[in-house]
Amino acid sequence: MSGLSYEAVARFAQQGGTIYFGLLFFAGVIYALWPRHKAQFQRLAQLPLEEDDGDHV
Amino acid sequence: MTQLAAPREGASFDAVALYIFTGVAAFLSLLATAFTPDPLFRAQGYMLLAAFVVAFAAMSLALASGKLRSDPTRYADGVIRAGVIATMFWAIVGLSVGVLIASQLSWPSTFYFPDLPWLNFGRLRPVHTSGVIFAFGGNALICTSFWVVQRTCKARLAGGVWPWFVFWGYQLFIVLAASGYVMGITQSREYAEPEWYVDLWLTIVWVAYLLVFLGTIWKRKEPHIYVANWFYLAFIVTIALLHLVNNAAVPVGLLETKSYSAFSGVQDALIQWWYGHNAVGFFLTAGFLGMMYYFVPKRVERPVYSYRLSIVHFWSLIFIYIWAGPHHLHYTALPQWAQTLGMTFSVMLWMPSWGGMINGLMTLSGAWDKLRTDPVVRMMVAAIAFYGMSTFEGPLMSIRTVNALSHYTDWTIGHVHSGALGWVGFISFGAVYCLVPWLWKKDRLYSNALVEWHFWIATTGLLLYIAAMWVSGISEGLMWREYTPQGYLANAFVETVAAKHVENIIRTIGGLMYLGGAVIMSYNLWRTIRLPSTAKAEPEAAVTPAPLLAAAE
Repeated sequence: MSGLSYEAVARFAQQGGTIYFGLLFFAGVIYALWPRHKAQFQRLAQLPLEEDDGDHV
Repeated sequence: MTQLAAPREGASFDAVALYIFTGVAAFLSLLATAFTPDPLFRAQGYMLLAAFVVAFAAMSLALASGKLRSDPTRYADGVIRAGVIATMFWAIVGLSVGVLIASQLSWPSTFYFPDLPWLNFGRLRPVHTSGVIFAFGGNALICTSFWVVQRTCKARLAGGVWPWFVFWGYQLFIVLAASGYVMGITQSREYAEPEWYVDLWLTIVWVAYLLVFLGTIWKRKEPHIYVANWFYLAFIVTIALLHLVNNAAVPVGLLETKSYSAFSGVQDALIQWWYGHNAVGFFLTAGFLGMMYYFVPKRVERPVYSYRLSIVHFWSLIFIYIWAGPHHLHYTALPQWAQTLGMTFSVMLWMPSWGGMINGLMTLSGAWDKLRTDPVVRMMVAAIAFYGMSTFEGPLMSIRTVNALSHYTDWTIGHVHSGALGWVGFISFGAVYCLVPWLWKKDRLYSNALVEWHFWIATTGLLLYIAAMWVSGISEGLMWREYTPQGYLANAFVETVAAKHVENIIRTIGGLMYLGGAVIMSYNLWRTIRLPSTAKAEPEAAVTPAPLLAAAE
């Protein structure tokens, strides 16, 4: 059980968690800022305006 | 009940599954009601039994007559219509109870009913909070999410009749919770007062909701998942997680109402406020931001100001919000580093909140005239402004030294209401004003003038409310910390209560005005539904030249 000491779990949760969440967040930001996505985002910004109010799928 | 309308050929699997589920649930609630030694549990058991027997009977009739078959070429809008009606119904109920308990605080001898314990402030307060947050806000979120996910995925709701289970199951949750509160059943966790069996029922309903939502996204025809759906999905998933952890409890008996939390001491407090603040972050913020990102562009006929910003808004909001809970426990047994963590993340929340506010407001660029001409747009813009205001005030109050003054005072109540009435209420009202003509096939609302009345009465009431609570909160906070030269507290507690009598009355009047606005709205919607329908056979194509709509990126 030495591998599951409080210190080991805490280090995993604190340092590992910070790195993991940090990377995940920056991946999201990079995705948002990536220049090639710009055209797609401009289309997506219009998405709510595309459909009419009818009830046909 | 012998001739159990055998499902005809073609009865879909989802309908039969729900039919069996209601039958089993009715049987189980019969057993629970019959064998419980706890009279309160029996009272709740009768409600469950009545609900499931009615549902079972209704499904028997519907299956026998061959209904419940869904047309895959049409959107499932019936359940959204029901959701809109439920939203307005619970708005009136929740706000009315709020006015009643505000009156109890203003005129404690007039509105004190010693012979009617179920009208006691302590029992009615959770009816008010759950009524406005979960009943009004929850129904608004569920019905708008069903609209948005279908339209932006270009797919009918998944799950056949199960969206109806989500709708009715959620109403049953509300009725069980509220009737439990007035009978005195509570687990005393703020915004999570329902006892363990109601929590279990909500878990079932919520998982069904998640599956309906995910299933609809799964079969989407639009390859991208629109940003509003991300916000709605974060709301559904996170609430599921918060609900399960916060309500971990051991019941006294299998057929007893009472339970004890799985946590104790400061851990219990931290779990409670991890839940409590993320109920604010993911129920009252993320979900309603989903609403904003669909209904604001739709109503003003402008694209989202910056789709890129909306993605950064989303990820920064959800990564930061989840850590902010400890700011509810400043100066408690919670370790100071955890308090500082909560405070730091709360201050960091300024950025995504204001990024989102700017994104919502700037969506009006090129259509600012609508602020003048369309009261529904004005209502939604006021909502976004209140979102910005309360997400400025919140981080301020989370700073430990500010919290030393504001905590436990009316300032907190005022802050909550600027978020709840200003942001959540107004954005929901705006969305419902949009939805009703679309859902009932009308080309307009019955009266724009009534929307104007609603807007101005509600806004005035809201400002009265917030201003009164600022004054009373800061003055009682200052009175609490006032010392005599000898080092004694200068004010008895009851003196600090008496000092805010006038502010309490102003608050009651403000709340009454906000309720009045909701009543006007209900009348307006009812008259809208009764207008002659427009033939929507040939949908007029919204032909706006594409360059005009170029996003501001």
